[in-house]
Amino acid sequence: MTRTEFMQGNTACAEGALAAGCRFFGGYPITPSTEIAEHMALRLSKTGGVFIQMEDEIAGIAAVIGASWTGTKAMTATSGPGFSLMMENIGYAIMTETPCVIVNIQRGGPSTGQPTMSAQGDMLQCRFGSHGDYSVIALCPASVQEMFDLTVDAFNLAERFRVPVFLMADEIIGHMRERLIIPDSVVSEQRIPLEPGTLPFKAGEDLVPGFPTFGKGYGVHVTGLTHDERGYPCATSPKLHEDLVKRLVAKVEGARDSITSCDIINPEAETVFISYGAPSRTVQQVLHDHSGDGIGHLRLKMVWPFAESLLARFKNAQTFIVPEQNLGQISREIERHVDGEVISVPKLGGDLHTPDDLYKVLEDAR
Amino acid sequence: MSEEEWLRQDRLPHIFCAGCGNGTVINCTLSAVEQIGWKKQDTIFVSGIGCSSRAPGYISTDSLHTTHGRALAFATGIKLANPGLNVVVFTGDGDLAAIGGNHFIHACRRNIDITVVCMNNMIYGMTGGQGSPTTPLGGLSTTTPYGSKEPAFDLCGLASAAGANYVARWTSYHVRELTRSILTGLETPGFSFIESLVQCPTNYGRRNRFKQVTDQIEYFRSHTILVEKAVRMKEKGEEVPADMILSGEFVRRNRPALGVRP
Repeated sequence: MTRTEFMQGNTACAEGALAAGCRFFGGYPITPSTEIAEHMALRLSKTGGVFIQMEDEIAGIAAVIGASWTGTKAMTATSGPGFSLMMENIGYAIMTETPCVIVNIQRGGPSTGQPTMSAQGDMLQCRFGSHGDYSVIALCPASVQEMFDLTVDAFNLAERFRVPVFLMADEIIGHMRERLIIPDSVVSEQRIPLEPGTLPFKAGEDLVPGFPTFGKGYGVHVTGLTHDERGYPCATSPKLHEDLVKRLVAKVEGARDSITSCDIINPEAETVFISYGAPSRTVQQVLHDHSGDGIGHLRLKMVWPFAESLLARFKNAQTFIVPEQNLGQISREIERHVDGEVISVPKLGGDLHTPDDLYKVLEDAR
Repeated sequence: MSEEEWLRQDRLPHIFCAGCGNGTVINCTLSAVEQIGWKKQDTIFVSGIGCSSRAPGYISTDSLHTTHGRALAFATGIKLANPGLNVVVFTGDGDLAAIGGNHFIHACRRNIDITVVCMNNMIYGMTGGQGSPTTPLGGLSTTTPYGSKEPAFDLCGLASAAGANYVARWTSYHVRELTRSILTGLETPGFSFIESLVQCPTNYGRRNRFKQVTDQIEYFRSHTILVEKAVRMKEKGEEVPADMILSGEFVRRNRPALGVRP
């Protein structure tokens, strides 16, 4: 039965994972994400799942990938320093096409930085942090409800595209408490099994091969080395490597317009805020306070792959204002795609922009 | 089923150098797996990076060739998510004792029900012969051109202290003993660690006065001493020569284990 709760964002994320069918959590404690691990520890054993606290974040993501190969939906949760440690194995998950969900409750960096303060400084690390060329899917919740909903989406996208999917939240949304409506059930995508007789890494038109779950008799070899369609290492063929990497990128980028997720307010506006995560809340307040002003708002729920077609929905836009809790990581991505002015409004240190901060930028821009 | 049926015939020939000891260890492992009667479908081989870690690629079961040092963490996820699977990890001295050291001690402590077979060639073979944590004091490598100044790691001592249920060491000379120990490891619930010293003629032997492949194997024969014999010698007040390699079973116990098949 659908129920209404008053819940913290991190706990809502864990509940979303459980609703989506997550039955394995491997991780390591780190502020401000720890409540996710704690809630999974509490709940997973009651649902027939496995919780394991590993010796570090490298092991956490490794265990998650291992679990995923048994056909289990698996996740980890961390913050900046742990996210940095995970980077090599994230590349492994991409290369081996392993579905999993990685939650990053972002805090102030670099280094140990501000463990208890909010930031969005890992948005480009999420996109580019592991070595080599690849593409990722990253979702950015802006409410406790979205911590639940987008976690469910993350699992479904991971299964569908056989990729690690990132829930790139921030400390504010992770620790915020709000009303949460937990539905009776959620749409839960199941991994498409490899058809017997098909090569394990041979993809069809959707560019996503069927999944050869361990223990089912496929006898599949999985390696982080460049591999052919049999899964066998083949690291010195330029063409094979190029084809493989291009497919891994294309299966995500080719779908960006169909999977993207956002809220669009006042598409006729000349001045448009673009936001994701916690700063969206301030923008929403500005729009609420100046509802007659015709201010536009593009709120991205999915930041990567970046669906630039969304920008064209604002046909009259002269100016995009991009408040972020970093020094303008996504505003530069937006600059690449628009002819109009892009005003980055960076904010570091953990506090949100105030509505007055943003309204002043808006007035100056006009 | 024969041992050959465990091999991925379409991937042969393998990449190991002529005279490499890894093939012996793979043979011993497949022989043990065959003897215990495991089904291919239920058996997973996992590895990290290095010469040893290429082994699962030649075995026809499901296999996961992972990142450097992390095989045990991946294997832990597999075994916990599906305890019905039999999980064997191939690793080497660099993979296990250097970059993967932290995962090694914690896998032992958890006593996760997997069997780890370590091909210890005392060198980084895949990258061309750099010193490893098990390169002997004074041993020559490309990064210890004047002899290693660091004492070597005792991997069996580490596994014993950290809590593994079964710990043994042999060499590529001791084919029967090694096979028997791997079999015992497969049978033992909890973490089993079997180290096998292996000759590496290409990168270790030729730099360390083993002109022929057989010279290093002969060294393994003449410079290993059973742990029981070493204990008896010590009890009698006799000194065990410092260059002797302790071999045999170090630990056989029944600590609580994780991930055991229900």
